[in-house]
Amino acid sequence: MDFKGKDIISINDFSKEELLHILKVSRQMEQKPKSNLLKGRILAALFFEPSTRTRLSFTSAMEQLSGTVIGFSTANVTSIQKGESLWDTIKITEQYADAIVIRHPLEGSARLAAEAASVPVINGGDGANQHPTQTILDLYTIQKIKGRLDGLHIGFVGDLKYGRTVHSLVAALSHFNPVFYFIAPDELQIPESYLDELFQKKIKYFKTSDLARFSKEIDVLYVTRIQKERFPDPLEYEKFKGIYTIDVQFLQNVKKELKIMHALPRVSEIDKSVDKTEHAVYFEQAANGIPTRKALLALVLGKAK
Amino acid sequence: MAKKKKSSKKSSSKKEKIRAKKVSSAPKEEIKRELKISAIGEGTVIDHIPTDATFKVAEILDLENHQGVVSIATNLQSKRIGKKGIIKVGGKSLTQAEVNKIAIVAPDATVNIIKNYDVKEKIKVKTPEVIDNVVKCSNPVCITNNEQIATKFYVVRKDPLKIKCHYCERSMGKEDIEII
Repeated sequence: MDFKGKDIISINDFSKEELLHILKVSRQMEQKPKSNLLKGRILAALFFEPSTRTRLSFTSAMEQLSGTVIGFSTANVTSIQKGESLWDTIKITEQYADAIVIRHPLEGSARLAAEAASVPVINGGDGANQHPTQTILDLYTIQKIKGRLDGLHIGFVGDLKYGRTVHSLVAALSHFNPVFYFIAPDELQIPESYLDELFQKKIKYFKTSDLARFSKEIDVLYVTRIQKERFPDPLEYEKFKGIYTIDVQFLQNVKKELKIMHALPRVSEIDKSVDKTEHAVYFEQAANGIPTRKALLALVLGKAK
Repeated sequence: MAKKKKSSKKSSSKKEKIRAKKVSSAPKEEIKRELKISAIGEGTVIDHIPTDATFKVAEILDLENHQGVVSIATNLQSKRIGKKGIIKVGGKSLTQAEVNKIAIVAPDATVNIIKNYDVKEKIKVKTPEVIDNVVKCSNPVCITNNEQIATKFYVVRKDPLKIKCHYCERSMGKEDIEII
C-alpha cells in the first residue's frame, strides 16, 4: 500500500484496509523508536492556534526519525497578520518543506491547504471538523489494549455534540462492527446526521443520559471534556460542566476489563483516583501519538510501506 | 395567484404547448386568471417548479434585471407535484450553469426552450452529483466563507436534498441552501 505524497485530511478519506495498514506501520515504529528514516527531511508545522500535544508530538516524532521541524505556533507572528491568504501562505511554505502539518481554527482549512500544496499535508485539527491523527492514535490505543478492533462495545460520554474526536472515532470504528453507547444530556447528544449514517450502515447504538445504565456492557469508555469554548452562552456551560464524573465508585459496577480513554486535557470528568487503576489508559493513549505520527510522516514521505 | 409584467407580444398562445389552461385543473375563475400570462415567441419557460421555490428560481436567473418579458405564476395546480410555479422569460436562453442552479432548488423542473411560439426543446433538470460554486456554505467558520475560493458540495441525498461541503464536511438540507 503506497501512501507516498498522500494528504491526511479527514478520517472519512480512509478505507478499513488503509487504517489497518497505518496501525501496522505504527507498531513497527514503536518497536524501533529511533532511526534515520527521515534524515534531511523538513516538516513545516503551521499552528495557527494553540496546541500542546499535537504540536509537541509531531516535533518529537519528526526528530526521533532524524528529520527537522520549522514553523510557528501562533498566527500572530505570520504574514496572516498582514492579510495574507491561507492559500498564499501554503504556496510559500511548500517551497521550504517536504511536508506540512497544519492546525487552523477554520473548518476545511486543511483541505484547502492540501489543494494548494504539492507536498503532503497532514491535518492537525481544523476547528470543530477533523483531527485525523488523534483518531488514528485512538484506534491504535484501542487495538493495543484490547488486542482487536472488531466487535467491541464502545461508550462515549460527555460532550458528544461538539466533540470532533468523538465524531471522527465513531466514523473510523464503524468499519469494525461495533456497538456504540452515547451517554450525554439531550442538549449535548451526538448529532442526528451521525446516527443516520450508523442506521444506514446497520450499526447498533444506544442513547442515554444515564452513565450507569450500560456500565456493565461497555469494553472501552471514551470520556470527553465539556468544552467551555464551544458554548455561545456561558450559563449553558455552567449547567453542564461536571455533569459526569468517572470515579472509583463508578468503577465498582463496570466490566473488569473496561478501559477508560480521554483525549486530554481533562477538567473534572475523570477523578485523579482513577489514574492508578488498571482501567486508566489515557496517558498511554497520549504517548501513542508518537508512533502513529511517525508512521504517518514516514508513509506520506515515502519512507515506509 | 398570477403576476404579470407588461408583455411586448400579443397573446397568441395557439402554438405554444405550455399553455396556462393546459397546466391546470383549477376552477374556472382561476383558469381565467392564468390565461392572463402571455405566451412568448422566443425564450424559456420553466415549468414544474415547487411553489415555494418559484421566486428563488427568479432570483437565480436575476429576472429583476431582465429587460424582456417575464411572467411568474405560482400556486398553480399540478397533478405531478401538487402546487407548482411557472416562469416565462422572453428573449433568454439558459446557460448550463443556470440550469444546474435551478436543479438544486427545483429538482423536478422542466426547462422548455421556445422558438417562434413553439417548444423547440424540453429539458428535464437533473440534480448533479457535485455542485461547483453555486451554493454558499451555511457554516460561518467554513474556510469558503473566509477565503476567496469556489465552494464545492457533494449531493448525499436527492430527495429531500442533502448536500455536504467538500471543505468543512458539514451537511446542509434544502432549508439552509443559499445560492451564491
